[in-house]
Amino acid sequence: MLEINLPLIVFAIFAVLAIGGALGVVGSRNLIHGALYLIVSLFGGAGLFVMLSAPFLAAVQVLVYIGAIAILIIFAVMLTRGMAQTKEVVNRQWWLSAILALVLLAVIGIAVVMPVWGPNGSNVVNLQVAETTAGVAELGIALVDGNQYVLPFEIASLLLTAAMIGAIVVARDD
Amino acid sequence: METCINIISTFASCMVQSGTQPGLALFLQFLVGVILVASFPLVLVIILIWGERKIAARVQDRLGPNRVGPWGLFQNIADALKLITKEDITPAGADRVIFNAAPIIAMLAVILMWAVIPFSPVNVGVDLDLGVLYIIAVGSVGTLAIMMAGWASNNKYALLGAFRVTAQLVSYEVPMVMALLVPVLLASSMSLQQISYAQLGMWFIVVAPVAAFIFYVANLAETGRAPFDLIEAESELVAGYNIEYSGMKFGLFMATEFLHAFTANLLFTVLFLGSWSGPWATEVPFLGFVWLMLKTFVVYIPSLVLRATVPRVRIDQMMAFNWKFLVPLSILNLVVMATLVKVCQVAGIAPDAASASDFAANLPQAIILLLGNVAMVLVTLQVLRNAGRRERLKMEALMADTDRDALPAPAAHS
Repeated sequence: MLEINLPLIVFAIFAVLAIGGALGVVGSRNLIHGALYLIVSLFGGAGLFVMLSAPFLAAVQVLVYIGAIAILIIFAVMLTRGMAQTKEVVNRQWWLSAILALVLLAVIGIAVVMPVWGPNGSNVVNLQVAETTAGVAELGIALVDGNQYVLPFEIASLLLTAAMIGAIVVARDD
Repeated sequence: METCINIISTFASCMVQSGTQPGLALFLQFLVGVILVASFPLVLVIILIWGERKIAARVQDRLGPNRVGPWGLFQNIADALKLITKEDITPAGADRVIFNAAPIIAMLAVILMWAVIPFSPVNVGVDLDLGVLYIIAVGSVGTLAIMMAGWASNNKYALLGAFRVTAQLVSYEVPMVMALLVPVLLASSMSLQQISYAQLGMWFIVVAPVAAFIFYVANLAETGRAPFDLIEAESELVAGYNIEYSGMKFGLFMATEFLHAFTANLLFTVLFLGSWSGPWATEVPFLGFVWLMLKTFVVYIPSLVLRATVPRVRIDQMMAFNWKFLVPLSILNLVVMATLVKVCQVAGIAPDAASASDFAANLPQAIILLLGNVAMVLVTLQVLRNAGRRERLKMEALMADTDRDALPAPAAHS
């Protein structure tokens, strides 16, 4: 039986924000509303990151996803004629996206279920997440340490640089 | 829980002593803290608007508000009452929920910043490990509020104004963040309280004047102050994103603007002017708060005079200034500062944790960093001079061409 305590209530609030926002994104016909629901959902995600002792990820979620990407999406929607009032709820590719969504759901579901109830699972409902907050310093060291994540970090940087150069090339007049 | 000394500094334990449940007492303590931190800026904004109107009036050879109360001090309370009693209009075709939420979110984005500001060595809302990142993250939500206001108003001027403002805010965020990284680098921490402590020996404006300059200019643009006040270009866009707002909803946007400007200067003080540091600040914490406010007003009042004096720049000039000047300079600044700090550390002249608050121990590193900054300024000025000369020669050549064409026979065109 679940015990009602403060973290659970806070978790419920953020979970409702995250899932409700996500449902709003899918359900709303007005694309601007959809983008704003996306922000609500991302905010709920940021709250969950705080609860998981990852405040850095929460701040980055707000900064990058809400402050930059969502604004970009809203910009794109507003600059596209007639996108604020779409009539159809589905288009011709609905079955493709349905399959993809189901596959993704299955993968996530397995990833959640297997560690707890699987053959090698710990079979405890109250899995303890990390008690200590990993500081920003540890994260910074992990990203540049030769034994840890320096290669993925550099590859991601290279990808971003390539994308930026590509954007400049596309936007140039001549 | 600590022992009860007095009701101010140990609120929760005193409540427990007088019979309140521990959990409830702690909750009440946080509640009182949040209310205090959040309502102080709201009260402050009344004085800020009064001060701004007085100073602008003096610059323009007027008296400013002088009827309500002594020196017109209560003019803004009268104005606020007027705004509250005005009819609250929601335009036809407006998106009601978003329209009403926008001013609240705008205000929220500014008030939330106050949560991590260190007011004194001991008084800080939350000493977040990533305070600087939090400030940027919360500040970016303000852009969203402007977007929402512009779109939900169902007015093309509002929408155009919102587009323009968002372009401005998103662009100037880049040099601002780059400049913010320099205090983080010098203090080796993102917590604003740690940055304050790191400046006990030497203020960062001495060590990194270029970063301070970039941060100040980018902040002027972020908060929409002259010469970057395109947020409310009444001559071109009627009023900008808030054109359809009336009554107290408009009042909220206005208060947000003033408060944001003050908060930006407060941040500048915390990051570059030594925060609460000053004589006896560590012994008497309240004095730290006084120093912080004094220093903030020292940088805030020139920005008011600046606002009343300089003309507004064009949007393309403003974007060119950002992307062709501020952004490259801020990247150069970050690279140079990072290199010099590392060099100082390797050479062993950087102050260690024990001597960080000692002025003499900071001196060698400060001199090297200051020289680096001076070199950067000289190089930048030379580059600007060359670019200016090229531009001038091009214009002169163009003028010479048009003169030759225009002078002989105007009949050739007919």
